[in-house]
Amino acid sequence: MARTFDIRKQTGFTALAITCFAVLYMPIVLLVVYSFNAGSSIAIWEGFSFRWYATAWDNDQVQAATIRSLVIACCASGIATFAAVLAALATTRTKPWKGQTLAFAMVNQPLMVPEIVTAVALLIFFAMIKVSTGYTGLGYLILAHSAFCIPFAYLPVRARLQGMDLTLEQAASDLYATPFQIFRRITLPQLFPGILAGAMLAFVISLDDVVITEFVKSAGQDTLPTYMLGQLRRVVTPEINAISTVLLAISVVMVIAFFFLSRVRK
Amino acid sequence: MIEIEGVTKIYGEGKSAFHALDDVSVTIRENEFFTLLGPSGCGKTTLLRTIAGFVDPTRGAIRLAGKSLLESPPHKRPVNTVFQSYALFPHMTVAQNIAFGLEMQGKPRVEVKETVARMLELVRMTPMADRQTGQISGGQQQRVALARALAPRPEVLLLDEPLSALDFKLRKDMQLELKRLQAETGITFIFVTHDQEEALTMSDRIAVMNAGRIRQIGSPREIYDQPAERFVADFIGDTNFVEIELLETEGETAGIRLPSGRETRARSGAEARPGKATLAVRPEHARLVPPEEALMAGTLAEIVYFGTDTHYHVALDSGARFVIRQQNAPHHRQTHATGDRVGVSFAPGVGQVLRD
Repeated sequence: MARTFDIRKQTGFTALAITCFAVLYMPIVLLVVYSFNAGSSIAIWEGFSFRWYATAWDNDQVQAATIRSLVIACCASGIATFAAVLAALATTRTKPWKGQTLAFAMVNQPLMVPEIVTAVALLIFFAMIKVSTGYTGLGYLILAHSAFCIPFAYLPVRARLQGMDLTLEQAASDLYATPFQIFRRITLPQLFPGILAGAMLAFVISLDDVVITEFVKSAGQDTLPTYMLGQLRRVVTPEINAISTVLLAISVVMVIAFFFLSRVRK
Repeated sequence: MIEIEGVTKIYGEGKSAFHALDDVSVTIRENEFFTLLGPSGCGKTTLLRTIAGFVDPTRGAIRLAGKSLLESPPHKRPVNTVFQSYALFPHMTVAQNIAFGLEMQGKPRVEVKETVARMLELVRMTPMADRQTGQISGGQQQRVALARALAPRPEVLLLDEPLSALDFKLRKDMQLELKRLQAETGITFIFVTHDQEEALTMSDRIAVMNAGRIRQIGSPREIYDQPAERFVADFIGDTNFVEIELLETEGETAGIRLPSGRETRARSGAEARPGKATLAVRPEHARLVPPEEALMAGTLAEIVYFGTDTHYHVALDSGARFVIRQQNAPHHRQTHATGDRVGVSFAPGVGQVLRD
């Protein structure tokens, strides 16, 4: 038997791989380690403590920003997932229609348009609305987050729909189910892992956003990431590390859950 | 009774138009085990799907007990399907799958429960009722699919190659099981297959299809013994084709002259006309005889042993090949050898003159 090309056996592969992983993970590991620093430097280790976690926990601004972040992420991922499910159904479960590819591209616009452009556009657009309506609440942030979260919710749902056996729906219709009953009893339960995965991905993306939030937010509407950005302009303490570590933990948990959900019953 | 009349399905337009079904007409009787048999792409599944309602025919009519089906969407037709892939709902248990059609019909809960229990009994799956469909074997999935389709008591059950995914032994068992179920339920079965043996053993009547058309309809015996044309004779079982001259016809038989010059009689359709024609002779209907007693003579080219029988390939003097199948006797000794001069003979009336 001819030996297949095994890239792992090539000279320098191991060294390169280690370098890449080191660059990827070393900073994160350091960040996590220094979040437990007893001293107030983010670079000089002075001993182990949960001090900065306690500080962050007691910080009113951090608390407010965290709640704001969660509210926005929950609302935005909910709205985005709902829209994404409808979009996915319309782009896979119908006879091919004119403009279907265009619709696909438009749904995924946030993946293609540079985020900073969207941010500036939203800033100007929302400013006009603010002037004419006087409304300055969280609605703008929720709307903006919903919009850029849609493709992240759309893609897993669509993948799930495409991988779904169409004859299941035919079988249901053969067994006297009306189109709505088919959707309710067959399509939706089949789709559910995809929907949940999409929602979780959207949630993490929303939770993490800086650029659009920074542009769109009104005064006093800091989310956790923009609050952290603001803190960097002043004295940096391991409090930032502690907040980051918590965010990291949430993201990792969500992404792992997403990974398992995407593989359910395939 | 289900009447299919002039059903035509054309995909595409103009030059690229493809006739998946071409003017198909057939009447299927109540309680019948009716089989659509043909090679893949012959239109048999398309015909089944037009009855189920998944395909709208371009032209034609389909009536069930005198009422047109074509205006109704699939969920309003009293017809259920067993899909080739079974299409069991993976997020439901065996019992939930079987209950689905009944629930959709709005049957009272007590009745649903009773019927599901009866169906589980019928397909011998009662111990598996609460299993997930992914946890049961292919043969068991097959039986659940059957029970699910039978539970709402359809007037017609459509079966789309339901046995093709099973291995040989299981397929044999399921063939008998299907026959039993049909007898017990009294429901009309329309069965699609490309397996001629399956069609012959299970059906009351068979429609042989090719290229979107029905080529012949008849009982298994008629289809096998009296194939109307070359395609049918060739598709069902093994057949020898002999170029002959048709001399005269008299009712259902005809006088023919073989390439060897010898004359005999064969069955023929009433529409057969004198002239060149093709004769079909089944290998098991012919005998190996000494050359001087033969209808046609040749040399023995090959002997193939099959266990239950032996196939003798004879190279006829006319240049054609002729295969004879003889059953092996317990203490049979091989008396022929390749290269021997041998003769081929068959009784008058055994061969079938084909419509060209």
